[in-house]
Amino acid sequence: MTWLHDSFGWMAWTWVTGGFFLTIVGLLSLMTIWELAQPTTERRGFLPITTTRGDRFFIGLLSAAFIHLAWLGLTDGAIVWALAIAAAWMATLLRYG
Amino acid sequence: MNKVQNNRAWFLILPVFVLVAFSAIIPLMAVVNYSVQDSFGGGVWIFVGTEWFESVLADERLHDALGRQLLFSGLVLAIQIPLGVMIALTLPTRGWLVPLCLIVLALPLLVPFNVVGTIWQLFARVDIGLLGHTLADLGIEFNYTDDPLHAWITVVLMDVWHWTPLVVLLCYSGLRAIPPAFYQAARIDGASRYATFRYIELPKLRGVLTIAVLLRFMDSFMIFTEPFVVTGGGPGNATNFLSIVLTNWAIERRDLGPAAAFSIIYFLIVLLICWMFYTAITRIGQADKR
Amino acid sequence: MKAVRPSGLALTCYLILLMLPLYWLIKMSLQSNEDILGTFSLLPVNPSFDNYITIFTDSSWYLGYVNSLTYVLMNVTIVLLVALPAAYAFSRYRFIGDKHMFFWLLSNRMAPPAVFLLPFFELYHAVGLFDTHIAVALAHCLFNVPLAVWILEGFMSSVPREVDEMAYIDGYSFPRFFVTVFLPLVRNGVGVTAFFCFMYSWIELLMARTLTLTDAKPISVTMTRTISAAGLDWGLLAAAGTLTLIPGALVIWFVRNYIAKGFALGRV
Repeated sequence: MTWLHDSFGWMAWTWVTGGFFLTIVGLLSLMTIWELAQPTTERRGFLPITTTRGDRFFIGLLSAAFIHLAWLGLTDGAIVWALAIAAAWMATLLRYG
Repeated sequence: MNKVQNNRAWFLILPVFVLVAFSAIIPLMAVVNYSVQDSFGGGVWIFVGTEWFESVLADERLHDALGRQLLFSGLVLAIQIPLGVMIALTLPTRGWLVPLCLIVLALPLLVPFNVVGTIWQLFARVDIGLLGHTLADLGIEFNYTDDPLHAWITVVLMDVWHWTPLVVLLCYSGLRAIPPAFYQAARIDGASRYATFRYIELPKLRGVLTIAVLLRFMDSFMIFTEPFVVTGGGPGNATNFLSIVLTNWAIERRDLGPAAAFSIIYFLIVLLICWMFYTAITRIGQADKR
Repeated sequence: MKAVRPSGLALTCYLILLMLPLYWLIKMSLQSNEDILGTFSLLPVNPSFDNYITIFTDSSWYLGYVNSLTYVLMNVTIVLLVALPAAYAFSRYRFIGDKHMFFWLLSNRMAPPAVFLLPFFELYHAVGLFDTHIAVALAHCLFNVPLAVWILEGFMSSVPREVDEMAYIDGYSFPRFFVTVFLPLVRNGVGVTAFFCFMYSWIELLMARTLTLTDAKPISVTMTRTISAAGLDWGLLAAAGTLTLIPGALVIWFVRNYIAKGFALGRV
């Protein structure tokens, strides 16, 4: 444990950020498994460009980051609401984007 | 080109992945960790949630710095890309002059950032600089340490001096790759110089211009050393670009939390703009091939 | 003799303007600080090589050049070794997440170095590489590897697939095919990639400054620290600056034949 602390102590891990990265890794693995089980095809939804499932996932993640930033910058509400909006947006993107 | 589906290609990517992950993912994770905590030194951290993000997003100085940064990158691209294309069109195509011109053009590219700063300090100062002194003789009070406008002119001029040759070299070799038959066809059709450029040369240049625009955008958006050496971000905050503010917070003031939150926002902005550039350009490329 | 065309005239003007700041630097480097501050002249007054002699007789100065060149050459070697197979994979195969992997790599090229300064400092301390050449070389991989993969992928995509298939039919193993058949075909690309990696690693200051203290201190940092310590000796500073031009000039000389053809980076 001391070795672990000496090597990674400087990274100042918290449960919240640890959970955040595990979620991202989990989502990426899920997307990979989905892709292996059922390869995607390019298609055109409501987005102005043709996208694959992976593209829409990336767009979803990037816009989720900006939704959170906008929520923090513009409102005083709890951050959970931003998470909810981002999740809903991600689902919409993956299904109809 | 038709590519073969083969997931074992990942083994060829692995070394790159491990190497870049070591210097990108681990530090990025640390930045995210710092951004939600307050540092008391000696490894003592207190969780503060999204407080830093809120204060950074509300910080007027950063809005100004972002505005300056966008203006700077916009200016630099608006000058360097057209200028670079024009110079590339005037370069000779054969003879002993070609290697000479190319070598002279490439020279500024390999000057270290801080030396570029030193060069322009020496060049623009009123007392000892060729540019500053000449302007003073012409009756123009040029003083980049006091006048924000002059500081801006110096910084933009410096970047144009340093990086336009990159655009020129990229475009020049792009132009060289156009088969002579294209030009002959244009001459037979009686195409004007402009028409030749618009319909033959420009389309062929798109690939290299993509690289030029992306590289120049990325590098100008993270510019640090050159303005830091010449103006130190001043006068006032006139040339205080994002990287200068960030380095000041992170290294000089050691405000780890706010600096980390700032880093993440900075990175996300760059990521968004580059993704839009990249997608737009590759989509246009694909549409043309069809 | 041909009449001088206006475009030729414009080009000449541009090249002269490009060289003026460099000329001024070299002129300054040949003068003492008193002469620089005392009289303004277009040609060097009392030219001497005193500033250069100072640099070449003081190890804290000339070791800066050795350090810089060491980590730059390490960086170019590492980058080429890992980027060549990766670029081959991107140009030849489709695989899960290929486009996203490619963009992720590029996104590291976009990341402002200032973002990574603090964690880099801590990271290289933690793994015991702080103040070594390899630390700077590895840190510079962050932006050079993605660039190299990007450039090489363009070159490799312009080599037809049939080349690979013929070689495999002839019984070449992959490593042998790659080194003896494929590499010679993309040597323009390798030359240009090496040029770009050398360039970005050589001119970078921020990371090199953060990751070194004494043993691997690059020349650019020696220059900035001398400014603050000894007051401004413009002549010495100019001489040190002039000497940083020489490795660049040598590299340009080596790749001069690739510049005209290779700089299109396989993307026309």
